[in-house]
Amino acid sequence: MESVQNSQKNTQANRNSHAAHPSGDKRFKILDVTIKRNHHRQDALIEVLHKAQEVFGCLETDVLLYVARELKLPASQVYGVATFYHLFTLKPSGTHTCVVCSGTACHVKGGGDIIKALEKHLGIEIGETTADGEISLMTARCLGACGIAPAVVFDGKVAGKQTPESVLERIDQWRQSKPSSE
Amino acid sequence: MELSELLEIGQQERTRQKPIRVHCCTSTGCQAANSLGVKKKLETAVNRNGLSDRVEVVGVGCMGCCGRGPLVQIDPENLVYEEVTPEQAPSIISGLKDSSVVEAQPGDPEHPFFTKQFKIVRETSGKIDPERIEDYIAAGGYQGLHRAIGEFTPSEIVNEVSKSGLRGRGGAGFPTGLKWATVAKAPGDRKFVICNADEGDPGAFMDRSVLESDPHRVLEGMAIAAYAVGASEGFIYVRAEYPLAIERLQKAIKQAKKYGILGTHIFESQFDFKINIRIGAGAFVCGEETALMHSIEGKRGNPTPRPPYPAQSGLWGYSTLINNVETFCNIPAIVTNGGDWYASIGTEDSKGTKVFALTGKIRNNGLIEVPMGITLREIVEEMGGGVPGGEVKAVQTGGPSGGCIPASLLDTPVSYDSLAQVGSIMGSGGMVVMDNQTSMLEVAKFYMEFCRSESCGKCIPCRSGTVQMYHLLNKISDGEATEADLEKLEQLCEMVKHTSLCGLGQTAPNPVISTLRYFRHEYSELLQPETINV
Repeated sequence: MESVQNSQKNTQANRNSHAAHPSGDKRFKILDVTIKRNHHRQDALIEVLHKAQEVFGCLETDVLLYVARELKLPASQVYGVATFYHLFTLKPSGTHTCVVCSGTACHVKGGGDIIKALEKHLGIEIGETTADGEISLMTARCLGACGIAPAVVFDGKVAGKQTPESVLERIDQWRQSKPSSE
Repeated sequence: MELSELLEIGQQERTRQKPIRVHCCTSTGCQAANSLGVKKKLETAVNRNGLSDRVEVVGVGCMGCCGRGPLVQIDPENLVYEEVTPEQAPSIISGLKDSSVVEAQPGDPEHPFFTKQFKIVRETSGKIDPERIEDYIAAGGYQGLHRAIGEFTPSEIVNEVSKSGLRGRGGAGFPTGLKWATVAKAPGDRKFVICNADEGDPGAFMDRSVLESDPHRVLEGMAIAAYAVGASEGFIYVRAEYPLAIERLQKAIKQAKKYGILGTHIFESQFDFKINIRIGAGAFVCGEETALMHSIEGKRGNPTPRPPYPAQSGLWGYSTLINNVETFCNIPAIVTNGGDWYASIGTEDSKGTKVFALTGKIRNNGLIEVPMGITLREIVEEMGGGVPGGEVKAVQTGGPSGGCIPASLLDTPVSYDSLAQVGSIMGSGGMVVMDNQTSMLEVAKFYMEFCRSESCGKCIPCRSGTVQMYHLLNKISDGEATEADLEKLEQLCEMVKHTSLCGLGQTAPNPVISTLRYFRHEYSELLQPETINV
């Protein structure tokens, strides 16, 4: 009888541990909180993916499969959603991110020149990360900060009235502040 | 909560407020120019000068002239300071104390940029703290909702909105009253109200500004709509690119719930309404209503053909009312002042006011709310102050779905029909001014590149058509095209316009069509002579 109870306990324990990711990565637990708060609802997929990207930095295959299992959705649907929306990324991004606004007002006021200057300076194209994994270069479809065009977002902070010179200066500051031991 | 309690909250707030209010803009644009640093210095200076009993510094939403931020405005004197730095902030406060010299650059509140405005949607933007519901209530907020529930039947509200002549501010201009009536009449107990805050048009930031500056007005408008059509659940679909707007909306919903203005038994009635926020993930097509609803359901944002319209079968198949942020923001004033009052503003076919984001090559950048019927010239030359060191060549309205209006047509009044007549659209309110240095072919290419990469890929005309049109535009700008290519481009424009599934594809050719209509020479002078094969 006792053994039966024990085995039940074990199954219970297994079930609980089943919810955790086999890798033991604690970040999945943070994701679980969001999934539970949304009652495992399938329509919460985009919310859950937002959280996953915030926690993991990007949406790698095992994260997508985990989400699919937890929300009882086909993996194809989760992958379909993750690739449909521009803000979801399947590749890790650099330590720093530089997002240049490519909205109309920024474009008319020289946003394109900023992009060209950055691509040349960093030797990468929009959507890529420098080989040392330091800087990712991206564009946004209009930040709604048209009054201060052209706008650039450095690590999540919006800066207005930028020029190619001011942007490159900022990029070089990141490079210089990088500890040499790394 | 009863009306007396609501009025009491407002009264308490007004008593708490200090006689002199120093408004410091804390919207995205001004924050990027360090307005939070300015605000901090202003607060320190108030304390240091011992003025805290009669002066208060209030973080407010957008005041409009975003290009000159950070802005500081002082009530009741109505003094404005532009491009204020934290270093200049103390002198503004000491100036209040002993009229000493203020180092900051003064603005001109009598400039047409301000005086030509007529504010309904933005009435309290830049005047109240968006993070405090009490401030909104003190300014008369939520009285419209109370009046709607207490004094009107749902069908009377729909009638008032119909009478007001309000048309959808998202761009298409569908009569709002008609939409509400359809949802109200639709069968079924469960209905939804959705606020479309997926402001995707590049060059437009009216909705962001309203959400950041006055989130409670949006909630009030939605709640009135829900009462009118018989819905008890609502969603606000916001772009993820607007983090500050999301944060303030979340805060606003929480505060409204606490006061019993959202939730169950609103204002002691049988009316229940709750609002959830859904955050987009960067897909322009989700501004299209069917795509947006799929996105709320957690799916890819692919549009579906209409009919059925959302009013018949919307979110999860239930009847759904979907309106734009600005449309909802007009509602409280319509309920408070009546539909006839609203209909007395504007023109025959376009009633009320419209908020525009005036940007591009223009002296006074920013947000303006103007009565319909005002001419483009008044907006661009008088309010906007014209092009610095140049001349206006064209004004682009309506974003990627709109067109370019040449300088020769600047006397066109702003209304749904007159803008359509000159080949553009009202759109959601983006107004980008271009000067003589702007190549119109490049503008057309810019928008086509946008539509090409934002096409969801579901229907072929849009998916392939935008790519082909983009190639042809490139071919022309590289000087490798012939007259035959231009003809092909025009054919494609017609084909994509008439055969695409949703608004994105149907309007994608508009920037090309309108630039060809007015600036054809810029295309044809780049063409190669036709080679004749004998």
